[in-house]
Amino acid sequence: MKLLKKEALPKLFEKINSADKVIYAPVENHGQLVYRRVSAYDEVKKDYIQTVQSAKYVVFPKIEKLLDYQNSKDGTSLSEAVIDELPEIVLFGVRPCDAAGFDVLKAVFTWDFNDKFYIERAKKLTIIGLSCSKCDNECFCTSVGLNPGSTKGSDILLTKNNEGDYLAEIVTDKGQAMVSLCTDLFSDHKDDNKENYLTKVPVKFEKDAAIEKSTKSFENEQIWFDQAMRCLGCGACTYVCPTCSCFDIQDEGTSAKGIRYRCWDSCGLSQFTIHTSGHNPREEQSQRWRQRILHKYSYQPERLQVLGCVGCGRCSRSCPVDMNIAEHVETIAEIEL
Amino acid sequence: MKKENIYLPYLMRIVSVREEAPEVRTYRLQFENEEEGNQFEFQAGQFGEYSVAGQGESTFCIASSPTRKGYIECTFRKTGRVTAALADLEAGSFIGFRGPYGNIFPIEEWNGKNLLFIAGGIALPPMRCVIWNCLDLREKFKDFTILYGARTVNDLVYKHELKEWEERTDVNLVTTVDPGGQTEDWKGEIGFVPTILDKMAPKAENTIAIVCGPPIMIKYTFPILEKYGFKDENIFTTLENRMKCGFGKCGRCNVGKVFVCKDGPVFTLAQLKELPAEY
Repeated sequence: MKLLKKEALPKLFEKINSADKVIYAPVENHGQLVYRRVSAYDEVKKDYIQTVQSAKYVVFPKIEKLLDYQNSKDGTSLSEAVIDELPEIVLFGVRPCDAAGFDVLKAVFTWDFNDKFYIERAKKLTIIGLSCSKCDNECFCTSVGLNPGSTKGSDILLTKNNEGDYLAEIVTDKGQAMVSLCTDLFSDHKDDNKENYLTKVPVKFEKDAAIEKSTKSFENEQIWFDQAMRCLGCGACTYVCPTCSCFDIQDEGTSAKGIRYRCWDSCGLSQFTIHTSGHNPREEQSQRWRQRILHKYSYQPERLQVLGCVGCGRCSRSCPVDMNIAEHVETIAEIEL
Repeated sequence: MKKENIYLPYLMRIVSVREEAPEVRTYRLQFENEEEGNQFEFQAGQFGEYSVAGQGESTFCIASSPTRKGYIECTFRKTGRVTAALADLEAGSFIGFRGPYGNIFPIEEWNGKNLLFIAGGIALPPMRCVIWNCLDLREKFKDFTILYGARTVNDLVYKHELKEWEERTDVNLVTTVDPGGQTEDWKGEIGFVPTILDKMAPKAENTIAIVCGPPIMIKYTFPILEKYGFKDENIFTTLENRMKCGFGKCGRCNVGKVFVCKDGPVFTLAQLKELPAEY
């Protein structure tokens, strides 16, 4: 373990900048806390629980160009979007839940078919996580196998101690490479325990029970109906989610030239699965709610060996009708089979 | 050959166009890049994403047999934005094609069996691929029966091939149209596909049934097959869920733990019964 003094942080940012890397960090933006590109440490929000939106867009942008097309009288040409010239990105201040969320995206985008767009972006990303000393009622990382100091997904994990300095765990080679940029800022540190500085997030449900019971409750129409009764089908939960990765592919342009792109989509929207004929395999909102829960708690654990929920609580905070995912999964985990 | 950018289609030239039925066309497509064409391989049952630049992509099967080299064919009905744009094209035009995706009909496991193909309407195209594939290996199979129905005589697709199959002595072809859909000179059956199937009293022993059609036809066809003793694992069909990517990422065709684009589109009735009915 290393120690990074609080006075060293502005210098760390300078070092990263001078190494031609771009830094994204939580900033206050017109009253909302969001990840944005920053140039200096003083722009970074210091005291926060969670950003409104996740940082997933760094590897999975809301809109990603896939190709350019050109039609002319001589024919059609399709040229792939150039992704190789991206800058190296350092994501600073990512909460452990969000850092773990990147593992879910990796599982989806490298499952059998390798998604070059994700891979190129992820390759150039270094994540400096920041443990949580505070939580709110929506946080439930401890229910999904994580905790306020998990290193999963982070390249370096920082934990703020009582003096305001940071315990630094160098988790990966990428993290080590980052430290190598400025070894003088990191001093050796012993006989300390990060647990002393972490918040306590109450466990709301048993992870394994949630996986087992949700898997076996597909046909329990009543529970999905009851839970989704007030769901508006607005898709806000998927938009803010650090692991939701369903997307649409569309063309935009004139008949002469334009682009094909992919953009975020949502299983909560009624048009997501509708056939051209009008037939919709998920006709009811309760079926769409069930899809979101089971995709994360049943299908992804079985098919990709990852739990598709990291307990960040964003969907609960953003829901306009106050649906709380932790409470709903808790209900499912406690079903008597 | 897997492309590095899995979203970048092959550029295909339409080499010929055939009008099959009202609003239904077949395009024969050749790879603009000859090397890509030489390396391209697929198996019966697989599908692709066909696109018109500027209009988007649409999912349908490869309708030609993998035993016929040098080209692929697709048959589509003009229904949405992309198929409407496709329908406006003529020979010489270019389209995009990504694929092949999905699983296959296990034709090799059908050696020595009777084959019973049951198709309705615009669902003959996904079956045509496997029919021709099996006909090109005809000596491997015993009885070869095709039951094909459409709403009206005019709606029957591949009319020239129906005629060819009818003339073959090693194929038993039964065509039918819905009551009221017949013409004066119609010589085939009149009645819905399940009704005609019942009348045919198919024998289940050593027989594989392949069923493709609109959901309502499939719904009433399975019980007839079951009535004659067909086992669930000997009944094959394809699912047609909406798709965007074709390779298990966009999330759209997820039915339970299954991705139709990767684990399908070919399923046995036994497999379908394990799935939630979200298709």
